[in-house]
Amino acid sequence: MSHYKLAENLFGDDVKREPIRAGFGRGLKATGEANEAVVALCADLTDSTKMSDFKAAFPTRFVEIGVAEQNLVTVASGMARAGKIPFTSSYAAFSPGRNWEQIRTTVCLNDQPVKIVGSHAGISVGPDGATHQMLEDIALMRVLPNMVVVAPGDSIEAEKATRAIAENGKPSYIRLAREGTPIFTTEESHFEIGKAYVLREGHDVSLLGTGTMSYQMLAAAHELEKHSISAEVVHVPTIKPLDGDTILASAKKTGRVVTAEEAQVIGGFGAAVAELLGESLPTPIKRIGIQDRFGESGEPDELLDHFGLTGDKIALAVKDFVATTPQYHRESN
Amino acid sequence: MGHNLTITDLQHKSYAIREDIIRMLEHAGSGHSAGPLGLAEVFTALYFNIMNYDPDRPEWDERDYFFLSNGHCVPVQYAAMAEAGFFDKKELLTLRKFGSRLQGHPERTKLPGLENTSGPLGSGLSQAAGVAYTMQYVDNQHKRFVYVVTGDGELDEGNIWEAAMFAGKNKLSQLIVFVDRNNIQIDGTTEQVMPLEDLRGKWESFGWHVQEIDGHNIESIIDAASMARAITNQPSVIITHTIPGKGVDFMEYDYHWHGMPPNSEQAKEALHKLRTLDGKIKGEHQ
Repeated sequence: MSHYKLAENLFGDDVKREPIRAGFGRGLKATGEANEAVVALCADLTDSTKMSDFKAAFPTRFVEIGVAEQNLVTVASGMARAGKIPFTSSYAAFSPGRNWEQIRTTVCLNDQPVKIVGSHAGISVGPDGATHQMLEDIALMRVLPNMVVVAPGDSIEAEKATRAIAENGKPSYIRLAREGTPIFTTEESHFEIGKAYVLREGHDVSLLGTGTMSYQMLAAAHELEKHSISAEVVHVPTIKPLDGDTILASAKKTGRVVTAEEAQVIGGFGAAVAELLGESLPTPIKRIGIQDRFGESGEPDELLDHFGLTGDKIALAVKDFVATTPQYHRESN
Repeated sequence: MGHNLTITDLQHKSYAIREDIIRMLEHAGSGHSAGPLGLAEVFTALYFNIMNYDPDRPEWDERDYFFLSNGHCVPVQYAAMAEAGFFDKKELLTLRKFGSRLQGHPERTKLPGLENTSGPLGSGLSQAAGVAYTMQYVDNQHKRFVYVVTGDGELDEGNIWEAAMFAGKNKLSQLIVFVDRNNIQIDGTTEQVMPLEDLRGKWESFGWHVQEIDGHNIESIIDAASMARAITNQPSVIITHTIPGKGVDFMEYDYHWHGMPPNSEQAKEALHKLRTLDGKIKGEHQ
C-alpha cells in the first residue's frame, strides 16, 4: 500500500478542480508573511499569474516591470544580490522563453536565489494557440547548472512548492498550468523538493507523471485495472533534482516505465527519466508528451485528447506498451 | 573607507593600472586591450575616490555597489581591485588561466568583491537597477550608491533600454552609470555598426540626468559622480568620452584592439609608452 494521502472521489465528473496558479498565489502571500526578504516582480501579468494577492498585501515589496522579461529576471538578480528572495512571474512562453540567457548568466552562473514562475505552461493554454503554449521550458530549465525545476501536480501542491522554494536558497523554476486542474493531493500530503511519491502501487508497469499529468496517470491506472493491468503511479513534482531512488525502486519492481508530461518529450521529464534509467537500470520506457511538434488552438480538453494526454488515451498507450514490451528484470538477465 | 589621495596620486594609480593590464593580457595570451586601457581613469576614480567599500569586508553592509556590465573589460577592474587590496597583485597574472579566480569574464562566486557575473552584454545595468530599487523603495537606505560601467557598443542590447525605462520610471537616483563612449565595437565604429547618436537625447528621453565628460580627466570623473549623487529625482548617466587603447599609441582609436591582447614584443613597447605617459594625460599639473 502506498502511504501517500490522495484526495477522495478522484474519477467522477465532480472531481474538485482549481487552477494551479491559485495555489501559487496563496503560497506566495503566505511566504511573504513568513519571510520579509521575499519580493515579487511581474511583467504585466499580475492578476493572470496570481501575484495580485501578494501585491495587495505587500505593495512596497512588489515591483511592476512591464512587458520586459529580460529586465524581469535581471532586476530580480540584482534584488537577490541586495539580500532579497525574488519571485518573478510571467507566462512560461515569455519567461523562461524570452530570457533564457539572462537566467543562465545572471541567475544560475551567478548563483542567486531568483525564482522563475512560468505560468500557463503546456498545451492546456488552449485557444491562445502554439505561440503561448510553452512546451520547451522543462528542457530549457533543467539543462542549467544550479537550477531546481518543480512542476506541481495541483493547486494544493503548488502552494507547498512555492513556500518550499522560497526557502531553498537556489535558483528555481516553478512550472504552472493554466486551466482548472483536478485536485488529487490533500493538505496532509507530503511535499518536499527532490522527492517523488508513489501514489498507488502496482506490479506490471510504472506510470511516472509530472505536473498535472500525474492525475491523468492515476486515471489511466484506474482504467487499466479493468484490463487486469496493475499500474504503479509515481508522482514526480521535482524534475531536478530527480528522485532517483524512488524512480529506480519502482522501475526495478515493475520492469516497464511510462512517463507523461504536458511538454516536449525531447529534453523534458521523460528524457530525464530515460537518462536515469539508461545509466542505472536500463528499463523499457515509453515517453508520452508532445512529440517534437508545436501545439495549436483548441479547447484544453480537446487538445489533451488530441495529443493523447488524457487518462483514457494514456491507458490505451500503456495497454499497447505492456502487450508488446517484456518486463525487464536485472536478476533474470 | 575614506580616500585621501591627491589628483596626482590618482594619476599615478591609473598608470600602474594600465601597466598591470598590459602585463595581464600579455601573460593571458587572449583578452580585450582597448576598452580596459581606456577605462583606467574611470576605475581609478571609482576605486580610489568615489566608492565607499572595504576590501577586507567585501560584503560590508554599508558599501556602495559596483556592477561591470560589459564584462569583457574586467582586466581593468581586476587591476584596480588588486591595487585597492582585494587580493595580491601577483594573482593578476593568473587571468584567464585554469583554476584562477580571475575568470576571462567576471564571476561573482569566484572572487569576493565582484557583485555580479557578466559577459553577455546588456544585463549588468538591470542588476544594478535591482539593487538601487531595493535600497530606495524596499530597504530605505538612501546613502548608498550603485555604480555601473557599460560599454557603448553594449547599448545595442534591448535589455539596456528595458533597464533604462525601469530606472527612469522609478527615479532611481542612487543609480549612477558610466557609459564608456569609446566609439568602437567588434565590427567597427559604433556609428557604422549601429548608430547610437543622439545618445544624450536618448537617455534624457528615458528620464535620466545626463552629463558628458572627458573620461581621461580624473577630476572631471570625480566631479561628475559628485554631481550625480546630488541629483535626487532621476537616475544618472555619465557619458564618458574615452580613447580606446589610451596610453599606448599604436592601440589608440583602433577597433582591431577591441578583442586582442599584445604579444610580448608589443607588450614591451606598450609598457615603454606607458612609463613615459606622465605629463601626457591631463591631470592637476596642467
